[in-house]
Amino acid sequence: MDDQNAFAAAFALMLRLDPAFVGIVGLSVRLVLSSVFISAAIGLPLGAALALARFPGRDATIVVFNTLMGFPPVVAGLIVYLLLSHSGPFGFLDLLFTLPGMIIAQTVLITPIIASLTRQVVEDLWAEYAEQLRSLGSSALRAIPTLLWDSRFSLITTLLAGFGRASAEVGAVLIVGGNIEHVTRTMTTAIALETSKGDLALALGLGIILIGLTLLLNAGAFVVGRLAQRVAG
Amino acid sequence: MTSMLRRLVAAAVVVAGAVASASAADKFITVASTTSTEQSGLFGFLLPKFTQKTGIDVHIIAQGTGQALKTGERGDADVVFVHDTASELKFMKAGFGVNRHEVMYNDFILIGPKSDPAGIKGTHDIVAAFKTISAKQAPFASRGDDSGTNKAELRFWKDAGIDVKKASGTWYRNTGSGMGPTLNTAAAMNAYTLSDRGTWLNFKNRRDLVIVVEGDKKLFNQYGVMLVNPEKHPNVKKAEGQAFIDWLISPEGQKVIADYKINGEQLFFPNAKKSGS
Amino acid sequence: MHAELSILPLAVENVSFAVRDTTLIDGISFALGQGKRTVIMGPNGAGKSLTLRLCHGLIAPSAGRVLWQGPAAAGAKRRHAMVFQRPVLLRRSARANIAHALSLAGLGHGERRARARLALERFGLAALAERSARVLSGGEQQRLAMARAWALAPQVLFLDEPTASLDPGATRTIEETIGLFHADGVKIVMTTHDLGQARRIADEVIFLHRGRVLEHAPAAEFFEQPRTAEARAFVRGELLW
Repeated sequence: MDDQNAFAAAFALMLRLDPAFVGIVGLSVRLVLSSVFISAAIGLPLGAALALARFPGRDATIVVFNTLMGFPPVVAGLIVYLLLSHSGPFGFLDLLFTLPGMIIAQTVLITPIIASLTRQVVEDLWAEYAEQLRSLGSSALRAIPTLLWDSRFSLITTLLAGFGRASAEVGAVLIVGGNIEHVTRTMTTAIALETSKGDLALALGLGIILIGLTLLLNAGAFVVGRLAQRVAG
Repeated sequence: MTSMLRRLVAAAVVVAGAVASASAADKFITVASTTSTEQSGLFGFLLPKFTQKTGIDVHIIAQGTGQALKTGERGDADVVFVHDTASELKFMKAGFGVNRHEVMYNDFILIGPKSDPAGIKGTHDIVAAFKTISAKQAPFASRGDDSGTNKAELRFWKDAGIDVKKASGTWYRNTGSGMGPTLNTAAAMNAYTLSDRGTWLNFKNRRDLVIVVEGDKKLFNQYGVMLVNPEKHPNVKKAEGQAFIDWLISPEGQKVIADYKINGEQLFFPNAKKSGS
Repeated sequence: MHAELSILPLAVENVSFAVRDTTLIDGISFALGQGKRTVIMGPNGAGKSLTLRLCHGLIAPSAGRVLWQGPAAAGAKRRHAMVFQRPVLLRRSARANIAHALSLAGLGHGERRARARLALERFGLAALAERSARVLSGGEQQRLAMARAWALAPQVLFLDEPTASLDPGATRTIEETIGLFHADGVKIVMTTHDLGQARRIADEVIFLHRGRVLEHAPAAEFFEQPRTAEARAFVRGELLW
């Protein structure tokens, strides 16, 4: 197969802003940003609360969350599929084979990652801050936003981990989204499709572009983080 | 702190917008169909014409025939468009479909390595070819995914009197995947495999594979379309789904099917009858 | 700061503190009153830091009680502050650190800004207001911690070895700062193992050894004529264990 030419074909697709290609990339970006945003909105305070709270079964809960970090995406996709199917409890929401449905599936996968990593970071910081904050009259609950903000540089890494998982995920979004052209086809599901059609070079080309975008994001976050850290100490 | 809050609200609005615009209900129907029809490129050619005429978008979920029928049973699709008559009739009998119409046919072909270790190239008898493959223990890749193609393949093994379950893992390789991945596997293993002509014509990773057997009447592959029963699943878009079916079997739709060609070769042959049940 | 009602005196009544099976504080009793600068002294491991934390309410006694007995005792929780040996500052500007403490105290945005500015000026930190607190020197950070405490307008200031990690120059600045609090009428309760510092600051001394109060006397009396053998050894500069 003419691999080199097809790599070039993939880049040409990108450079001339082929509408189908742009649509796929746009969908992927919306999916990833939405999933990570919602997962962070849930996972950050959840992780912080878990770090500070003391209750019977806390250790077991921490182990469960850590385990959920490695939850197999296809299983998550299957479970969400069964829940959203019209034969399932939430079928009336009409979320199967839609972007919001895929966002839900990915959020299920990413929230435990963010929650677990946040818990560790906040727990370490709380060990350092607890006495002083309590001396100033802060309850554990009131300390949550303070700790989250103060650990923001470590949390950037946590969010990037979530981004990484979200942008690389294919199993769950394939099952829940159905890989419908123009509607639920993302970069990863498109790569899966092109591979299955035998167009390996195009699939690889798309893959390289996907990696490139992720690399750009991580590099940007790193630079921003370093600059901010130098200012804030 | 307020600027942080403002940033969070802005982000939330963006997310809500992304989600909302994605689910902005243009008219659309969900059609559960097969990977062979999608990967042949037929839908890319056919559907825009339907949408242009009616304003109804068609969302295709490409699965194997078995999976597509189950999707219809669950009410997660409005229309089912597959190619295994026996299974389709069972679907209708169980009350999951309202009506069934034949739409088009194409044929299956046996793909194999250029070197043809089983020595069957040029045969026009598919069952005899299968017998020879088994006798010579030539590698064979099966989809094993309950698709129309897979069901046909298993029928031929049955006709040849061969129990492939026993051979599984030796010369008979069950990939459990769609036509494309199975062709990829066959290409990499230099194995024989049964494919539909449409997927093969569109397949780009052929390596040393060629067509070895074609033309047997048994390789005839009929496609049928059914409307999912709204009585079982009230969410089914009855009117729009029926509009799609009516268009497919109308002279206009049938002509579009016949017009679809790859490299000048026609893939699907329209054969809708006047009435269906 | 004198207009409001006092939370003092503080009565520590037969307080013990044990962790698992080890008794670290063994039935201590004393009272802290207004005006005098109290220094709690003793060898390392005597229980000075624990005593301070018990008074401030950071830990609860295993036995006995810690009671604020002044007319304003009901709202005592907000009226005393603590400065630790190593200042814990947030990853934000010096001013924001003070503002954060004030928001915990329930103050509104405008008042927070005003008081924070005042505190920074009072303690000579105005030029560093927008600098990130974590990049300040050790002495500046401790001064900031004290400015933060001052902004809360406490009646009692607990200090746990506040200069143990600082160089002599910074130490002197902090001691002067303690003087500022004292001049404002804030009750000072401080721990130190530095005899010289204690002599400079103390009006009264509580001497701890192995979790027990061995002496509680006015400073002059303690340093000139310690009553117990351990105190005598300590004042002479000998190691006690």
